[in-house]
Amino acid sequence: MNTIHTDYLKDDFESLLSAQPDSALNGWRKEGFDNFTKLGLPTLKNEFWKYTGVARLFVKDYGVPGGECTIDESIIKKAAIPGSEDFNQLVIINGKYIPQYSNIQETEGIEICSLDEAAKGKYHDVVQEYFGKSGLFLKDGIYALNTSFFDGAVFILIKKNHTISNPVYFNHIFDTTQNHLLASPRSLVIVEENANVSLIESYCTNGSMDSLSNEVMEVVAKDNSHVEVYRIQNDQPTGSHVGTTHIRQVGKCFVNTVVVSMDGGMIRNNTNVIMEKEGNEAHLYGLYFLKGHTHVDNHTLVDNSKPRGLSNELYKGIMDEYSTGIFSGRILVRPDAQKIDAYQTNNNILISDKATVNTKPQLEIYADDVKCSHGCTVGRLDEEALYYLRTRGIDKDLAQAMLLKAFAEDIVNHIKVASVKDYVNKLIATRLNMED
Amino acid sequence: MLSIKNIHASIDGKQILKGLNLEVKAGEVHAIMGPNGGGKSTLASVLAGRPEFEVTDGTAEFEGKDLLEMSPEDRAKEGLFLAFQYPVEIPGVNTTNFIKTALNEKRKYQGLQPLDSASFLKLLREKAALLELDKSLLSRSLNEGFSGGEKKRNEIFQMAVLDPKLTILDETDSGLDIDALRIVAKGVNTLRNESHAIVAITHYQRLLNYLKPDFVHVLMNGRIVKSGGKELALELEEKGYDFIKEELKEGLLLN
Repeated sequence: MNTIHTDYLKDDFESLLSAQPDSALNGWRKEGFDNFTKLGLPTLKNEFWKYTGVARLFVKDYGVPGGECTIDESIIKKAAIPGSEDFNQLVIINGKYIPQYSNIQETEGIEICSLDEAAKGKYHDVVQEYFGKSGLFLKDGIYALNTSFFDGAVFILIKKNHTISNPVYFNHIFDTTQNHLLASPRSLVIVEENANVSLIESYCTNGSMDSLSNEVMEVVAKDNSHVEVYRIQNDQPTGSHVGTTHIRQVGKCFVNTVVVSMDGGMIRNNTNVIMEKEGNEAHLYGLYFLKGHTHVDNHTLVDNSKPRGLSNELYKGIMDEYSTGIFSGRILVRPDAQKIDAYQTNNNILISDKATVNTKPQLEIYADDVKCSHGCTVGRLDEEALYYLRTRGIDKDLAQAMLLKAFAEDIVNHIKVASVKDYVNKLIATRLNMED
Repeated sequence: MLSIKNIHASIDGKQILKGLNLEVKAGEVHAIMGPNGGGKSTLASVLAGRPEFEVTDGTAEFEGKDLLEMSPEDRAKEGLFLAFQYPVEIPGVNTTNFIKTALNEKRKYQGLQPLDSASFLKLLREKAALLELDKSLLSRSLNEGFSGGEKKRNEIFQMAVLDPKLTILDETDSGLDIDALRIVAKGVNTLRNESHAIVAITHYQRLLNYLKPDFVHVLMNGRIVKSGGKELALELEEKGYDFIKEELKEGLLLN
């Protein structure tokens, strides 16, 4: 079948609901599916999805995961980022958090459970207050699809005054040995006052069929908290992904995000930072270093509603072969957000004639005393620099690799977890045929 | 060591070098002077292999090998070094790592093992001291934010580490204050020996006071129109290039 079709999802949705009639989350799911039915999949006519034709993935029949998930432990190990043994590892299979495969090293100051459990138990009010609020900003069918089908979602709470010394790591594995898979990972992370945590995500498709992981992570950061979010994408070309990291700074706090995309199919990353308190600070970094036919679309939103916020965005892309890189960065400065600083830079290098890049800043400023800047570049490697290195006896290929590595390192240096940084540096060195 | 015969070179279809001849032997220091636009920097670019320049006629041999057939990196590995007039700033490429890579690439080419870390650092320290180069520069990105003088000293520092057979100084003295000029000249002189040759492109006598060239050439209109000893540089300093233009008109000079 070669046409885009989603009708079969209705039956899948009904079975999901009937399989767990007691879930505390079914209200959200129903609302989600209503929205999906109304909105359908986003098309290129949707300004927000102008460069990423996610609908065309739906020419195939996706299976929606149901029932038990079992997977070989060796696959989990293989999928994990090297050096992640010390992390608080959550194994997420086909979008579902599987506690028995997971390995939570720290229990002091951190609560990890299924979202359903949290919503039914003592975190009922917290879930009610914070879950699904990203829907106020994401009003498209693909988001609604996640809200319809999320299952085995995770709830994480970092308690007041606690620093979680080992990162919390989401090891996403998609099993496509049987069928094409539509997974809907979902998480809600609450970081309380004076708490400090690093969240890491990686994605691995295992099997010969295609996967589409359609993820939503909502992070709520309270007063004086410190949150780092690292998403490392080095999946197979059969692994496509739509992922939203929606961070609300509900207290005055610090947020740092780094998205690294090295490989995969069609990837769309939404990174939203909603600055709800005066003096918030957020840093958004991204590196996309692409080859083959990989398509990566990074969309950012920094929403300033209070004064004296500081946001800094730097996204850098290297496009090889037939790949496509997209950056669209939206900065919204609401009328009360005076004296904010908002910076945005996007630099791209094309190393193939067949590669494509699109870059689109979008500044909407309704306050009059603000400092905003944006800049983007698209180009080739600096010929002068290349020549200079070559005159010192460095071969052209190596000189090129050195320059690209330097370009990429600018982003990698913002990863503060050493093993993740080493891992990304290795991926880059391998891509460049360099010794690390 | 270097034998240039009847070189013609152009950029973007514009002919710059029009039949240039130059012979440089090991141990010699040659100064190349001449008015702006005469082809001095083009000569440096053609010898180092800048891709934008096209050699349309003539030959250049370096130690008996066809220089023009070689890539810029192979020329460097064979022992040619160009000190840039405007060294390029390369953000993110660490100066020490860069020099280490360059040195080890050259050693690999020569069939040698890479230098071990201790020996490399010793070499680095020794040459940095020679050029009075602040060691903090070595841990920074290559030339990024370096002052004009620091960039030029960094060029000679690289030359000192890489130990070339033939060094081309492309207006290395321009933009240097008196102290920096003295340091750079001292660095170059320390590396002078009977197996190393230097071609110094310059506008001014002051570098030549230190280098004491064996030959001075005047490059004008794409050719070397007059050659002499170091006294020629003094004469040029005094009289300017007009007398040479006159001699050219009168047909007294032929390359």
